Amino acid sequence: MSTLDIRIDHDVIASWVAEGARVLDLGCGDGELLRYLKDKRGASGYGVEIDVERVIAGMKNGVNVLQIDLEEGLYDFEDQSFDLVIISNALQTLHRTEKLLCEMLRVGREAVVSFPNFAYWKHRVAIMDGHMPVSDRLPFQWYDTPNVRFFTVADFEALCDKLGISVRERLVLDDAGKPVTEEHNFLGSFALYRLG
Amino acid sequence: MANDFPRSTGSVGVVAPLSARFDTPLTLKSGAVLPGFELMYETYGTLNGARSNAVLVCPALSGHHHAAGVHADAPDNTGWWDNLIGPGKPLDTSKFFVVSINNLGGCHGSTGPVSANPDTGRPWGADFPVVTVEDWMAAQALLADRLGVDSWAAIIGGSLGGMQAMAWAIHLPARVRHAIVVASAPKLTAQNIAFNEVARQAIITDPDFHGGHFYEHGTLPRRGLRLARMLGHITYQSDDLMAEKFGRRLREGGRKFSFEVEFEVESYLRYQGDKFAASFDANTYLLATRALDYFDPAGDAGGDLAAAFAPVTADFLLVSFSTDWRFAPARSREIVDALMRNRRNVSYAEIESSAGHDSFLLDDPHYHAVLRAYFDNITV
Repeated sequence: MSTLDIRIDHDVIASWVAEGARVLDLGCGDGELLRYLKDKRGASGYGVEIDVERVIAGMKNGVNVLQIDLEEGLYDFEDQSFDLVIISNALQTLHRTEKLLCEMLRVGREAVVSFPNFAYWKHRVAIMDGHMPVSDRLPFQWYDTPNVRFFTVADFEALCDKLGISVRERLVLDDAGKPVTEEHNFLGSFALYRLG
Repeated sequence: MANDFPRSTGSVGVVAPLSARFDTPLTLKSGAVLPGFELMYETYGTLNGARSNAVLVCPALSGHHHAAGVHADAPDNTGWWDNLIGPGKPLDTSKFFVVSINNLGGCHGSTGPVSANPDTGRPWGADFPVVTVEDWMAAQALLADRLGVDSWAAIIGGSLGGMQAMAWAIHLPARVRHAIVVASAPKLTAQNIAFNEVARQAIITDPDFHGGHFYEHGTLPRRGLRLARMLGHITYQSDDLMAEKFGRRLREGGRKFSFEVEFEVESYLRYQGDKFAASFDANTYLLATRALDYFDPAGDAGGDLAAAFAPVTADFLLVSFSTDWRFAPARSREIVDALMRNRRNVSYAEIESSAGHDSFLLDDPHYHAVLRAYFDNITV
């Protein structure tokens, strides 16, 4: 994601975090979001990250980072022990999507998920041209992408429906970071959901 | 990428061991009373005016006070954690005042089995009382008082040293702000106690042990101590590392169809065993392994580790190593879990390393980068 995208992502998530909330950030990267939520919202909690160099970056950022593989699930974490469990731009890099979504709402009272929309029109054009899409939101070649699950806004909502997860809020953004008001699955390249 | 992390070769230079004498009786967990005792320690760096930059380094099984630098009379005898402690190193002595200690019952100058029992004038030997991790902590706290350290900025230890850091955080929470627990466990498993028991039996059944009073017989239970160390060494390393270091390589001459040293790994183990047997006290080894066995804060709190950790206020860093099967990553995760249940600040790194339990003494770039990042964020 570009710096702008990261800022928008973090701002939207911060607006969904109550003052002083206890949060768990899955795939927390260098801990920027947690740091931001700590500074902006007085939030506390932990980040989970698998990559050791990002774990080190998170520690440098002064946040609690736990080096745990999310494919294991969240067995370390107690039921309803967080106000909010966040997975920002990382769900598509994990195999056990269904399990993780359920686990997030077992551990947290609410969940926030953000992800790139594979059905964005420019991505569709790329496929029409015979190539896997590469864009700001999908900045990887097919042979070096960390993404292992390829899904769309429509797919994600269908899965939430199947799992009985209700969508409390949704924000779909276009390439410029502007909210999309219609044809979300076609015009939006990035989506954020507040679930509960 | 790993090579991008800063490294420093800065040394604390020549250091002199110090000793502190305590004449107040210390009641141990067993109920036994030590009438008085002496502790050997070293310090590196300078205690600041606010006395807020002190870090306690707790030794592991065979560790002692000489953790960094060299002694003037032994310029080759570098401290056991010198790769960590020094100016510009992860535990930076230009920021922190580091105190390293030889625990009670040790054999490097602190009161222990080789010291004279005041009642008899002869070495304590096997009569030295069994000491626990909590007893060590109590003695360390007296030294902290003596040094004017009300609260440690951090307490760090690997393995058995990590248990001491946990003991402080649980029993003297107001006196420790950060606990850094490396390659440790909230208690030993049955398998782990079993290894300790084999080591102890090797020592106790050595005819030169004389029930622990070998000093009076002018002997040393070298065979027992050597076997204990050889066994320990196997468990501190990983299968992969031994395969990499020695494989099935034979020393010169190939197979002799004998039971002499033929494989490289045999030669290595015997060397390590001999070296240790010549420099370490058998009774101290028994005491230290027992301290490991007994450490069980959850057991003292009805089996609930989270309840045991309830008094903790310190922030924690836990580090484990992927191939450490003696203090496996899962054991560190139990500690992380107990801390999270108490909503404490905790970070956890699981370092990929082929070196097994011994990894905590090495300077793997990621491992040291984790420690550096953590120490750098400690405000003093």
